[in-house]
Amino acid sequence: MTLHHAQQTEFSPNIRLPDQPLLKVESLTKRYGLRIGCADVSFDLFPGEVLGIVGESGSGKSTLLSCLAGHLAPDEGRVIFDTASGPRDVREMTEPDRRRLLRSDWAYVHQNPRDGLRMGVSAGGNVGERLMAAGARHYGAIRDKAVDWLGRVEIAADRIDDRPSAFSGGMQQRLQIARNLVTGPRLVFMDEPTGGLDVSVQARLLDLLRGLVRDLGLSVIIVTHDLAVVRLLADRLMVMKGGRVVEQGLTDQVLDDPQHAYTQLLVSSVLQV
Amino acid sequence: MITIRNLSKSFTLHNQGGAVIPVMAGASLTVAPGECVALVGASGAGKSTLMRMVWGNYLAASGEILVGGVNVATAAPRQIIALRRATLGHVSQFLRVVPRVPTREVVAEPLLALGTPRTEALAQAEAMLQRLNIPERLWSLSPTTFSGGEQQRVNIARGFVHSYPVLLLDEPTASLDAGNREVVLRLVEEAKARGAAILGIFHDEGARARLCDREVDVTGFTPGLAA
Repeated sequence: MTLHHAQQTEFSPNIRLPDQPLLKVESLTKRYGLRIGCADVSFDLFPGEVLGIVGESGSGKSTLLSCLAGHLAPDEGRVIFDTASGPRDVREMTEPDRRRLLRSDWAYVHQNPRDGLRMGVSAGGNVGERLMAAGARHYGAIRDKAVDWLGRVEIAADRIDDRPSAFSGGMQQRLQIARNLVTGPRLVFMDEPTGGLDVSVQARLLDLLRGLVRDLGLSVIIVTHDLAVVRLLADRLMVMKGGRVVEQGLTDQVLDDPQHAYTQLLVSSVLQV
Repeated sequence: MITIRNLSKSFTLHNQGGAVIPVMAGASLTVAPGECVALVGASGAGKSTLMRMVWGNYLAASGEILVGGVNVATAAPRQIIALRRATLGHVSQFLRVVPRVPTREVVAEPLLALGTPRTEALAQAEAMLQRLNIPERLWSLSPTTFSGGEQQRVNIARGFVHSYPVLLLDEPTASLDAGNREVVLRLVEEAKARGAAILGIFHDEGARARLCDREVDVTGFTPGLAA
């Protein structure tokens, strides 16, 4: 039997796409006194999409991510998330509702795993803690789930009782990812997740992230200065300069046919290996 | 399946004095299901530019590129992503993969993205690798360390593992020996037979003569060169 017999060729032009964005950002602005952190940022993020945000240091990409994730209060604009009870402006939520959102539907992967992990608590405890915060109570079930997730991020089960301080940088980052994803979030914010890692560890982490995004249908907003990382990970790209979005589009289009002067400079400045 | 109407393109080089270089104007062509059309013309005439515009990584200045009912020239990124997942396949000359990912996973990925169960996707990937004579001992290794011809065949395996209704082929037989060239020609013939619309660049004249129903000379779309 040839391969093609097993498959149905479909010519249907109807491509089913979710019509409701998971996250809708409107005119988000954050100022530090007279200085602009980020200004007038608007975009939609749909379920299953990975959005990369690139720009040099000081371009406002981290400020934007912090405003989106609720770590910083923006001065203007709206961040509307499609919650279980319909789209809601995150800024208008009550504090308990927002906390619940941060613990369940949202996750945040820090560049430095130390910022996202509890270094004095075991690996299993780090994963289980987030489950308990989301309402899990049965110890056996929590531990089983923790073991399952450590396996998914390729941490051996016999390391479950070790503290993260005994882990390598790459393992710590994978543990942080497990801790974040164990509660089944729908939206994950990532700030330079491969930043402090050497290249071979980076590759393994990229592969892991790609698999998780595909298998779990996650939506991801990833901030990085590494164009190679976004090319492999992001569906869409936003380029920031001076706090503003200067260009956005399909990742390979922005990288292969950049329209804005700054993007052209950014792309042509990458060293080839 | 592919209809291009009055397509134009220019590049603006902001960091080189803002030079505007028109590279294409008035490009029009169609590719029907089951048809294979070759883009021809001298090097630099715009064959690759046109292919990239259909793939969507080059922006069109004006005109239409209809692929399976989606106008790539104006579609939102997520529409193009969905189009590439199910409908539009692409075999480029370059293999771009996450380092350290095993070859069989690289080839299975288009199927996994479509939701094919993992064991089935891997089995189909392995059958395709086998057909393209990639030795089994290499399947668990990353293709980044492979020879040029092996990488080319991994790329082809990935482009043919799903039965895309539309295929873009950029020199699919380059750097292949006679035996593997024959395997690739058969794959393209089978794709045509099942009704795929194929647009390609073939410097291999024998391959072009055997596979292509028509040729389109892109020199006619080059601004300043068109008579």
